[in-house]
Amino acid sequence: MTGILARNEIADRLAAAGYIADPSLATALMLMDMLGRPLLLEGEAGVGKTEVAKALAKVHGSELIRLQCYEGLDRNEAIYEWNYQSQLLAIKIREQSDASALEEHIFSEKYLLERPVLAAIRRAQAPVLLIDEIDRADEEFEAFLLEVLSDFQVSIPELGTITAISIPRVVLTSNGTRELSDALRRRCLYHPLDFPDVDREARILVTRIPGIDAALALQLARLMQGVRKEGLSKTPGIAETLDWAAALVGLGVLRLDADREAVFDTLSCVLKTREDRARITREVTDRLIGKVA
Amino acid sequence: MVVHPATQDIGFAVRRRVAGFLSTLRHSGFHVGLAESCDALAILANANIARPSAAKPALKALLCGCRSDWDRFDDLFDAFWFGRGVKSRVQTTPSRGPVQPSAFKGPHGRNDGAQTNLASDVERRVDEREFEATPDGRREGASRSESLGDVDFRKIADPDAMAEAHALAEQLARTMRTRLTRRDRLAARGRRIDLRRTIRASLPTGGTPIHVVHKRRRFKPLRLVVLLDASGSMNLYTAVFVRFVHGILDHFLEADAFLFHTSLVHVSDALREKDAGKALDRLSLMAKGVGGGTRIGDSLASFNRWHAVRVIHSRTCVMILSDGYDTGAPDVLGAEMAALRRRCKRIVWLNPLIGWDGYEPSARGMAAALPYVDLFAPAHSLDSLAAIEPYLAQL
Repeated sequence: MTGILARNEIADRLAAAGYIADPSLATALMLMDMLGRPLLLEGEAGVGKTEVAKALAKVHGSELIRLQCYEGLDRNEAIYEWNYQSQLLAIKIREQSDASALEEHIFSEKYLLERPVLAAIRRAQAPVLLIDEIDRADEEFEAFLLEVLSDFQVSIPELGTITAISIPRVVLTSNGTRELSDALRRRCLYHPLDFPDVDREARILVTRIPGIDAALALQLARLMQGVRKEGLSKTPGIAETLDWAAALVGLGVLRLDADREAVFDTLSCVLKTREDRARITREVTDRLIGKVA
Repeated sequence: MVVHPATQDIGFAVRRRVAGFLSTLRHSGFHVGLAESCDALAILANANIARPSAAKPALKALLCGCRSDWDRFDDLFDAFWFGRGVKSRVQTTPSRGPVQPSAFKGPHGRNDGAQTNLASDVERRVDEREFEATPDGRREGASRSESLGDVDFRKIADPDAMAEAHALAEQLARTMRTRLTRRDRLAARGRRIDLRRTIRASLPTGGTPIHVVHKRRRFKPLRLVVLLDASGSMNLYTAVFVRFVHGILDHFLEADAFLFHTSLVHVSDALREKDAGKALDRLSLMAKGVGGGTRIGDSLASFNRWHAVRVIHSRTCVMILSDGYDTGAPDVLGAEMAALRRRCKRIVWLNPLIGWDGYEPSARGMAAALPYVDLFAPAHSLDSLAAIEPYLAQL
């Protein structure tokens, strides 16, 4: 069991990679290595699920391979595909040659297109495989994925079975648009992500926005808590906070209560629907700023 | 499954405790198996995280599968390992024998119960009915030959007749499902050839279209989400509705059920139990606090906040079975109904009180919710339940 990073070390390295993790997430990331299980992250849009995978790749200094799921995603797009154009050309060129030799030729590695899953198990150094928004894929794909995640081998009828050279670290994310199967949940380690508390959000801002004043970061983090409690139809996530902070820093704002006009003008960074925009009026903004000033 | 070599060092006593903990979790609805036991031991065998403070988050990440597991884990962990707090939620299934005479407490004996049990409550209710004259003076209840269709559920007194009504309610849900899906299949006909994909598929065969790819209309089956009011005021109807919902869940392809009184409980798993009796038992364990006031607004709020994204899609019909007596603020209910209305296709509110003569939806909560309801229908008898089907079929 050598080579497994301790929890604190993972947390430190995550922080160095620009991700502020709470202890239980660091524990889960440590267990990924120890038990060789994938990690399932669940939470609302914008809480930083995808960022975890990116940071994890940095922590281990490995490549990040991303598979974005969507409705109708099938094996061909997730694992491998034959390069049909090249195959057709090859057939034309070798029209005179022996049929079985031709078949062997066009179904060889040379014509195989790697898709994320196949790519992830054929790397010399274990990469991080991010399976993003697994809940958007169909149930059949989920079942198939489960098979790959337990065996880490892929069988290609024309070529044979390809076993993993290295076992990738797999991170799955879910928004909860569809209920995932119990089998998949059981196979995975589980960690729900929530919006960060004030302290953590302020630390994230300080880490990610160069040149931000610590006091402004804290004010902004507290303001975001207030905004999220307003019952908006689209609750702003951490990415929105970062955008907003960058905008305010760019405008030279030092304190929120000193420059209310700029705060109101830059609300478009966090409010993404017409209803929400109408809801947070100038008065509401003033009230929210008043609470954090 | 790989047994980690380090787990060999763990003593027998610890193994047993871990097995016990996992079985506790399993009883509480966690999906954990043998592989998880092995991994749990591996975690405990690891010197770095064997301390309780470190082992708890590690086991939590391993053994939880969803948000509700995650929220309950700490309590269960503390209860099992430190004997802290309430007893774990594991309870043995109460035996379902005939109601003992001692269980009969009379009409006022119901406040004895810190341990409210829906199933026995229901049966007791049935017993009570035998001893009471119903308001219209019918003592003996419906006769065997009498059609139960249009009889108000609260007027069915005979336990056998009640059982029959339960079975009929379930049967009704079943036929509704069959008819609704048959329509679905007809609608899914009419396939066309997808030229683009067919040509693409013909590439490996040198341009000869061997595999013809068909275009099919993407079809989302109608999903039914039932929110069942289990408060005290609904007591007379809860039992038969539970059977109806059980029938729906058992036979609809896509359905989810929630039960609410002062808070909201997700009960689909319990109700998917094939045996109606067992399902009722499990349900009674989950429905703590039955008989208290109803907070429909707050229950809907927690539904919208935590469950709606997951269980509602564009072809979802939300069915609320409630009498609309809300002890919470009516504007909360109104706001949550508005939010719910935006998400789903239809809201059907079944109110048993509509069947009563001279009923008007004047309860403040009901009045606040009514503008957002697409179909406001009675649900006091089997006929009224059956009358919903044509409406659902149109969706």
